[in-house]
Amino acid sequence: MDLYEYQARDLFESYGVSVMRAQTATTPAEARQVAEELGWPAVIKAQVKTGGRGKAGGVKLARTADEAEDLAGQILGMDIKGHTVHKVMVTEGADIAQEYYFSILVDRSERRYLAMCSRSGGMDIETLAVEHPDQLARVGINPLVGIDDAKAAEITAAAGFDEADRPGLEAIFKKLWEVFRDEDATLVEVNPLIRAGDGSMIALDGKITLDDNAAFRHPGHEALADTTAVDPLEQQAREKGLNYVKLDGNVGVIGNGAGLMMSTLDVVAYAGEDLPGRPRPANFLDIGGGASAEVMADGLSLILSDPDVKSVFVNVYGGITSCEQVAKGIVQALELLGDRANKPLVLRLDGNNAAGGRQVLRKARERLAGVVVIATTMDGGALKAAKLAAGVATVDELRDAPEGKN
Amino acid sequence: MTILIDSNTKIVVQGLTGSEGSKHGQLMLASGARVVAGTNPKKAGQSLAFTWAGGHAAVPVRATVAEAMEKDGANVSVIFVPAKFTKGAVIEAIDAGIPLIVVITEGVPVHDTAEFYTYAKAKGTSRILGPNCPGIQSPGESNAGIIPSGITGPGPIGLVSKSGTLTYQMMYELREIGISTAVGIGGDPIIGTTHVEALEAFEADPETKVIVMIGEIGGDAEERAAAYIKEHVTKPVVAYVAGFTAPKGKTMGHAGAIVSGSAGTAQAKKKALEAVGVKVGSTPSQTAELAKELISELGL
Repeated sequence: MDLYEYQARDLFESYGVSVMRAQTATTPAEARQVAEELGWPAVIKAQVKTGGRGKAGGVKLARTADEAEDLAGQILGMDIKGHTVHKVMVTEGADIAQEYYFSILVDRSERRYLAMCSRSGGMDIETLAVEHPDQLARVGINPLVGIDDAKAAEITAAAGFDEADRPGLEAIFKKLWEVFRDEDATLVEVNPLIRAGDGSMIALDGKITLDDNAAFRHPGHEALADTTAVDPLEQQAREKGLNYVKLDGNVGVIGNGAGLMMSTLDVVAYAGEDLPGRPRPANFLDIGGGASAEVMADGLSLILSDPDVKSVFVNVYGGITSCEQVAKGIVQALELLGDRANKPLVLRLDGNNAAGGRQVLRKARERLAGVVVIATTMDGGALKAAKLAAGVATVDELRDAPEGKN
Repeated sequence: MTILIDSNTKIVVQGLTGSEGSKHGQLMLASGARVVAGTNPKKAGQSLAFTWAGGHAAVPVRATVAEAMEKDGANVSVIFVPAKFTKGAVIEAIDAGIPLIVVITEGVPVHDTAEFYTYAKAKGTSRILGPNCPGIQSPGESNAGIIPSGITGPGPIGLVSKSGTLTYQMMYELREIGISTAVGIGGDPIIGTTHVEALEAFEADPETKVIVMIGEIGGDAEERAAAYIKEHVTKPVVAYVAGFTAPKGKTMGHAGAIVSGSAGTAQAKKKALEAVGVKVGSTPSQTAELAKELISELGL
């Protein structure tokens, strides 16, 4: 889970990291009031979970109450890279002497953590890493040790900081390590980390990503979750415990296991390449390694309720999941949906108890007629589903059409 | 021969008395694997009865992994305990010095994995596979984890993959040829055994003639594997990468499967692998065909 800037700011503050005084507002009038309390100048910052806010006009300096209200009015409702601004953070203006960069993240390749630090802060870190790799210090962190005095000193030395800046920076690095460790973060980034005119070090802007797998030991993290920014179908899926991601195509896809599911998306996209309208996957939906009939029914209902979906491809390789359970789920979902189940369905079931699965489908043949096509291979099933979405074939035509081997 | 496990593998299941542990303990036994013990300090001294078509066994419950090693000769641990207890279970197994620890549990916090991996590395006596992995299977030899048995028999192909069901799908596609060992390394951001380490083991295994490697978007494990293949692997390698059509910035089920920026795309991985002579299929069945061609070229 990615946090908003204001949430990161609040967490930093609770760990004793110096931040600017700030408050959030959701209306221009509220922003005006907050700015008046904080004093002038005030900075109005759009709260969106994407970079490049400043360039998009989402960060503005206000010198008067009228200006604060006016600017907040411009920023609220603004679209920044597909993210609508629903909230702004109003902060006091900072006296910036120097901008630095600091982050801690999970280093998958080295299977430990990594601290990155630069004396050139403020700019996009991807740009810095590409254009000035020599200015970005990378220091490996042992997960069992973390950032202690020695490690903090190693980081400031690697980044080439002046002696005068080191004690203040090292203190803040150790506190940010505590945020990373104690909140189960996978990323803690401060950009810029500033030295103010009086020499103090302040986290001016921050990003935190929390590990959802660690939610069981952080009851407070649930309150940080943002439900307004989520696609309604994704929200519905989350409530049902389904692993769903909305995509932009028209072939609904259901599979078991993340890898097979991702592979199914590719196979559907390839199958659609040469068809009219180039049908593509409408979603990612993984019903899990041990999916039950109920989960299958939930998944199918969700996908059939997506107006973009023209056909559905169910691709299950039963490992732990029994195909009989999957087939029961499909029949159950179709019964539940009744007339709403009016989109063609291509089913490919193989593996654990595939025979039992086909038996269940055969028994329900009457009810499934006109809606369901049985496929015997993954590539063949994807092609059938893509053809149905493109409208170049009907269920009756494809029902008994041959496929390649496997 | 096979990699990491063989007919001398004796499995202790941490979490055998739980529902997942007992279900898969039974399946492992039924597939012919030697499950010699389970652990649960509260139920130590008892034994669990398992029956399956054509067999039955009473598996002793021990208090610790160390006890299972001493009394039952266990040399591989398979872990099914819930995510919040997984770190403790792995640390216990590392402290006991068991050579291979297979962590099936999904949803383990990445900090926990980072810590137990670092701990195991420092101690140097245990290899970890996973977490969030399907385990490892050598048909006819042993089966440590949840890979269903009977998909395919023994054969010359070594298979390594991040994903569970994609592993099963590929084993199914390769069923006419058979496999030496299938290793599911898991899709989490930090894993105990990587593609590179599996490739190293397959290169050293005389029974493995062709290696099939399945990757997916995110991270740089496949690029690292490509660099390793160039320098150290003499056997032919066929690869498949899932996620060509995955959009940027969206997590696709596996915590590791997320594309950010230009790094980690399926296209970049395919390019890196092809540059070192690896044939890359665009679907699982096409990949299986490539492997079959190599096998017939080798006259096997």
